[in-house]
Amino acid sequence: MSAYDLVVIGGGPAGLAAAVEAYDNGVESILIIERDRELGGILMQCIHNGFGLHHFKEELTGPAYAERFINMLKAKGIDYKIDTMVAEMTKDKRIKTMSATDGITWVQAKAIILAMGCRERTRGAISIPGSRPAGVFTAGTAQRYINMEGYMVGERVFILGSGDIGLIMARRMTLEGAKVLGVAEIMPHSNGLTRNIVQCLDDFEIPLYLSHTIVEIRGKDRLSGITIAQVDEKMQPIEGTEKVIECDTLLLSVGLIPENEISRALGVVIDPRTKGPLVNQYMETSLEGVFACGNVVHVHDLVDYVTEESIRAGRNAAAFIKGRQFKAVETYTMTAPGEGIGYIVPQEICEQSTDDTVTLLFRVKKTYKNARINVLGDGEKIKSIKKLHLAPSEMERVDLKLEKAYQQLTVEVEA
Amino acid sequence: MKQMICIVCPKGCHLTVTPSGDTFKVSGNECPRGEKYAIEEMTCPKRMVPSTVRIEGGLLHRLPVITDQPIEKKYIGDLMKALNGVTVKAPIQQGEIILENIFDTKVNIVASRSMM
Repeated sequence: MSAYDLVVIGGGPAGLAAAVEAYDNGVESILIIERDRELGGILMQCIHNGFGLHHFKEELTGPAYAERFINMLKAKGIDYKIDTMVAEMTKDKRIKTMSATDGITWVQAKAIILAMGCRERTRGAISIPGSRPAGVFTAGTAQRYINMEGYMVGERVFILGSGDIGLIMARRMTLEGAKVLGVAEIMPHSNGLTRNIVQCLDDFEIPLYLSHTIVEIRGKDRLSGITIAQVDEKMQPIEGTEKVIECDTLLLSVGLIPENEISRALGVVIDPRTKGPLVNQYMETSLEGVFACGNVVHVHDLVDYVTEESIRAGRNAAAFIKGRQFKAVETYTMTAPGEGIGYIVPQEICEQSTDDTVTLLFRVKKTYKNARINVLGDGEKIKSIKKLHLAPSEMERVDLKLEKAYQQLTVEVEA
Repeated sequence: MKQMICIVCPKGCHLTVTPSGDTFKVSGNECPRGEKYAIEEMTCPKRMVPSTVRIEGGLLHRLPVITDQPIEKKYIGDLMKALNGVTVKAPIQQGEIILENIFDTKVNIVASRSMM
C-alpha cells in the first residue's frame, strides 16, 4: 500500500487549487486521484470565455483556466493518477482505488480533501412525462460530445432551463449549424447571467419562454417533438397554453447536485440543504482530517470562487498534517439559515481568535430588491448590509470578525 | 437613447447610450470597457467567438480555439465555416495561432489549451 500525507479526490479546479496550495504550505507528499483521462474536470469542456476575472484578473476560457493550475501542479512535481476511480474510503483514511492499469489498490493518507464536484440533474430528477426516445441529453453531456469528442448531437434543438449552461449551449449548437427553437424556463426570470441572455439568445433571435415547462416528450426511437406549456405561480401547467414543438433533440439544464456517494459511505455528515458535506470554517468535514471544497460542498456560480474556497481547504489540510487540530476547541458556533436564506456554508464555526475573519457563503430563496442581510449572534444583530438586488442564482457572502463565542449565528433577509 | 446590457464581463452593467454629435454618451458603466463596448455596439458590434477545430494525433479529436479579441458580428458565420475546414496536428501549445489575421480583421484564432 502506498502512503501520502495528502490525498485529493478529484482533479478539477477544486482539487488542483487545493493540492497546489497544500504544497505551497509545506506538504510535498500529495496525490490527486482523477477518474477522467486528464486533469481539469468540467472546465475542459467549457470552451467559452469568462473564467478567471477574479482570480487571475483576466478573462480565460475553461481549458486555459485549468491549464494554469495544471502547469503549477506539474512544476511542483505533485503526483496524480488519471483514469482512476475511488471506490471506498475508511475512517482511518485508507482509500481504495480502481483503474484498468493498476487494478484495485489502497492508498494511506494523513489527510483527505474531497473535491469530486457535482453532476447534472437528469430527466429522471424532474419527472417529465412521455416516451423515452434517444435525443434527450443533459446540457453538459451534449457540451462534452460537441466540444471534446467532436460529435454533433442534433439538428432541431429545444432547451429546458435557462441557467448559464443552457444558454451557452444554445449559442454553441447554433454556431455549429443546428436550429435552436427556444429555451423554456419554469421560473418567471432566467437564472443565467444577463450577458449570456444577450450574446447567446438575443444575438441569434432564440426565444426565451419564461414561466414555461415541458409537459410531454414524444418519439419512438428518436425524439420527434415536445409540448411546452405556461405554468402558474404554483409551477403547475395551465391548461390551454400548450404549444407543440417539433425537434429531434432536447437539452436539459435543470440544476446540479454535489456528488457525494463516497463521502456518505465514509460517514461524513451531509447537510440536506446543500447536499454537500457539513464543514467548519477550515473546510473540514465532520470527520477530523477530511476536508472538502468546491462544488462537492455546494454548487458555486463562478470557478474563481471554487478556487478561493479550495485554497482555504488546501492551506488548512496542510496545517492539519503539521499537527494543528481544528476540532480541539471548547466551543462551537452553528450557523442557521433564517428568513429567506436557503443555506449557509460553513455550517459550523470552531472557536477561534477574535482577529480571524470568518466568511459566510449563502444563497437567498427568492429575489429581493432593496433588502438588508442581517447577521444575528444568539438573536442580537451584529452585522447588517444593504443589498439593492438579491437572487437565488447569485451566491452572497459576508465577512465577519466574531468578538465573542456565540452558540448560533443566524443570517436572514429583511425585505 | 438606447438601453443595453454590457457583455464585456459577467457583471452585466445596464448601460444607457445617447447620441452626442458624432459619438455617443454612455452612462451606467462601472468601468471604461463599458463605454467602449456601448459605442462599438452602436457602430460596429463585435463578439468573442469560441469554437473547436479538428486535431490529429492528439489526446482528443477536437481542439478548443477562440478569437484573441472580439470579431465583428457580421464575420461570425464565415468564421465558423472557415474553422470547419481547419485540421491541426498535435502537439499544440495554448495561445498558438491557428488562423492569423482572419478576413483582414487583425483578429487571430488561437488555441484555448495545449494538447499533446
